[in-house]
Amino acid sequence: MCLGVPGQIKEVYELEGVRMGKVNFGGIVKEVCLEYVPEAVVGDYTIVHVGFAITRLDEASALETLKMFEELGVLDEELNPEHLE
Amino acid sequence: MKYLTEFRNNDLVQKLFHEIHQITTRPWAMMEVCGGQTHSIIRNGIDQLLPPEIELIHGPGCPVCVTPLETIDKALAIAAQPNVIFCSFGDMLRVPGSDHDLFAVKSQGGDIRIVYSPLDALKVARDNPDKQVVFFGIGFETTAPANAQALVVAKKQGLKNFSMLVSHVLVPPAIEALMQSPTCRVQAFLAAGHVCSVMGYWQYEPLAEKYHVPIVVTGFEPLDVLNGIYHAVLQLEASRHEVENAYSRAVQREGNLPAQKVMQEVFEVCDRKWRGIGMIPQSGWQLNAAYRDMDAAIRFQVGDIRTQESSICRSGDVLQGLIKPHQCPAFGKECTPSKPLGATMVSSEGACAAYYNYGRFIEHEQVAP
Repeated sequence: MCLGVPGQIKEVYELEGVRMGKVNFGGIVKEVCLEYVPEAVVGDYTIVHVGFAITRLDEASALETLKMFEELGVLDEELNPEHLE
Repeated sequence: MKYLTEFRNNDLVQKLFHEIHQITTRPWAMMEVCGGQTHSIIRNGIDQLLPPEIELIHGPGCPVCVTPLETIDKALAIAAQPNVIFCSFGDMLRVPGSDHDLFAVKSQGGDIRIVYSPLDALKVARDNPDKQVVFFGIGFETTAPANAQALVVAKKQGLKNFSMLVSHVLVPPAIEALMQSPTCRVQAFLAAGHVCSVMGYWQYEPLAEKYHVPIVVTGFEPLDVLNGIYHAVLQLEASRHEVENAYSRAVQREGNLPAQKVMQEVFEVCDRKWRGIGMIPQSGWQLNAAYRDMDAAIRFQVGDIRTQESSICRSGDVLQGLIKPHQCPAFGKECTPSKPLGATMVSSEGACAAYYNYGRFIEHEQVAP
């Protein structure tokens, strides 16, 4: 449906009036249309679907989500450490 | 931060499984809407590690699977015409029409080209001014912005030999149709993350309210899927029904405004038939009046198409979550990825393909302990 892959913007340019760029997907660099992420700059990560960047990935939110996972269950560990097999 | 490996961290995955087991006290049935999520679940065995009380119903979010048979047959008729170059995403080529598929048309001399992006189809049109170049514009709200941009560029560049066979579908009306169906067992939805990257999630708030069903925007990596399930179970256990965003790095409430703006310029809402499910009102996008001259269904008078579904294929029941793929009598016998009866066995996002490719031939419990 919407298999989107995160990639890092390496270059931004215009091609026939359309905002385009080179995006690196773990070593594979492809040309991607950046028309829908006007705020994204070189170094940013985006989700790319059928050659179009559909969103800029927000690092702060990503780190916050991961932190939430880390803290999951920490409260249980303190309240009743024995229930953890 | 690479946004991939971090969200496959095994320690955190174990922690989330543990938490989900802790908070689940009753049976819950939830639907992951997107075929990409279905494949992540089956490939990573997530459904088998969840508490037995939690059932994941696989949703209709597979664009290849729900594209109406009439549209497939129109594509076959257009692609077979001598002066046409027909461009499409790869997995559309093996979707069975009434009696053959695009691969068969290609083998009989049809000029059919697989493209990665609709912009590639524009290049084909520029390079072949004497040919009619048609792009097969299918997909959900995630793919629509790309097709819309290709049409805007084609119009700007005056590419008279370019047209698009459009069959876009929308998620919210499909959720509404599922909730109104008497056989619906879904108690919570894991919304399709990348559809929401484009459209935002404000459209789901009236649905959560009206049908008292939690809707959690969910991503695709193992941690993302578990995060969606975790928040859905938290709500179900507390009898809450809200829209929550469990994929905040890629989704904001209002979605991608530049993309929505271009789509509004090009598309208008219409009733759409979903293959295997039937007509869902206001559940599709078609080209509006300003772009009707680039509508391949009009440009190529392919007449009225008489469609003929396979009599034994039950992909409709699979798409509505009424049966699981391996419960279909034809699964793995008459119907395999190399000889698919229905689109759900063809598509890389179809539930039947997921079950076949990841070896889910019998119930988990019947596997030798």
